[in-house]
Amino acid sequence: MADFLQTGLGIALLVALQSLAIVAFVMISLLFLVYGDRKIWAAVQMRKGPNVVGPFGLLQSVADALKYVVKEIVVPAGADRAVFFLAPILSFVLAILAWAVIPFDSGWVLADINVAILFVFAASSLEVYGVIMGGWASNSKYPFLGSLRSAAQMISYEVSLGLIIIGIIISTGSMSFSAIVHAQSGNLGLLNWYWLPHFPMVFLFFISALAETNRPPFDLPEAESELVAGFMVEYSSTPYLLFMAGEYIAIFLMCALISLLFFGGWLSPIPGLADGWWWMVAKMWVFFFMFAMVKAIVPRYRYDQLMRIGWKVFLPLSLGWVVIVSFLAKYEVFGGFWARWTMGG
Amino acid sequence: MAKSDVGQSACGAYLPAEGALRVDHLLREYLPILILLAIAVGLGLVLILAAALIAVRNPDPEKVSAYECGFNAFDDARMKFDVRFYLVSILFIIFDLEVAFLFPWAVAFGQISMVGFWSMMVFLGVLTVGFAYEWKKGALEWA
Repeated sequence: MADFLQTGLGIALLVALQSLAIVAFVMISLLFLVYGDRKIWAAVQMRKGPNVVGPFGLLQSVADALKYVVKEIVVPAGADRAVFFLAPILSFVLAILAWAVIPFDSGWVLADINVAILFVFAASSLEVYGVIMGGWASNSKYPFLGSLRSAAQMISYEVSLGLIIIGIIISTGSMSFSAIVHAQSGNLGLLNWYWLPHFPMVFLFFISALAETNRPPFDLPEAESELVAGFMVEYSSTPYLLFMAGEYIAIFLMCALISLLFFGGWLSPIPGLADGWWWMVAKMWVFFFMFAMVKAIVPRYRYDQLMRIGWKVFLPLSLGWVVIVSFLAKYEVFGGFWARWTMGG
Repeated sequence: MAKSDVGQSACGAYLPAEGALRVDHLLREYLPILILLAIAVGLGLVLILAAALIAVRNPDPEKVSAYECGFNAFDDARMKFDVRFYLVSILFIIFDLEVAFLFPWAVAFGQISMVGFWSMMVFLGVLTVGFAYEWKKGALEWA
């Protein structure tokens, strides 16, 4: 058995099984993300939410997924058919692909590449193409306007996300998520994590993540009172399901990024407790809870307000923070609080 | 066997193997991403094909017409749009390139000299001047 695992075929099989495990984790999480989102939203509005299918409505998402499969795929008459079907697959595939480099525990990562952050950044940048292609291929006015808005919004906030991540990389000296989490370990528990030295950026990252994933209050692309459903207007059945799944998977990816970059990934918040993947999953769900609460509580922004915040507030702030962090790290203020590579990380 | 002999033969046998190992290592690192890509594409295709095979297909002219709040579509949907969307994407290219430029600098931050540090600061300063100019010119206005 051990010999077999050293052969090319054995390695490929092992990797395929690991990939399947990741996909299974993401898809099962997806079912409960949609369910949790609806339940939290309902609870804030003092409704019950889904409660019929299965105990407490837990199987509602499964039923919904099955329902999508038996619905008719409507292709608009003027649509570019190839691009029309390519767009949802693209956004779904790219959303899943970024999970290849997300570690869940020390060494629990599918592809341990040393440019992991760059890879996630690239994959989430390419997601804009799914939106643009979907809106363009539909050949309908609402999807077209929705995709333009969505693309402009996604690229605007990507710049500040990137700059915030630069600050973290300066502190760590590595683009690998494992190295970033290891640099946050120490005997002070949650006080060792990067949320403290990079405090203001936690909020900026969270808000930018909301805008990047088209979540309320920044869900302008699908502002139903103006654009019906944005770039997804003409989509039905499983192509629509793929768009929606891609969106939720991207949101969960953002939750994973927040926990890895600022909140110590799989590290235990309390010194003495064992570190492990359960902390990582728990943190991801806490941040998803915050995503859901923001959706339930905050009213939608106007488009010009959204672009103003992105370019005139977040960009200068995150750019300024890169400069501040580089000075703090270069001159090792507070004994290298911002310069963890010197501590052997 | 002489000591130097062993070393030589070991070296001679080892060097190409090490080169192959390095390629092997690289493949090993990126192979999972390829396999995950294949699985994700497969899953997406299966979902679309499942609906295409199982679900009814009964298109009629009304159903496949573009959605336009009850009207018939006036004209082609691929119309002119606001130039500010172009402007935003041009600005994005500038700043995203800057971020990409910052990545290697940030990774090597612990090892770079004062010259490396200050030249990046000057670069960021020049960029900030450009940003202030855009702001003053009103490139960031949406109202």
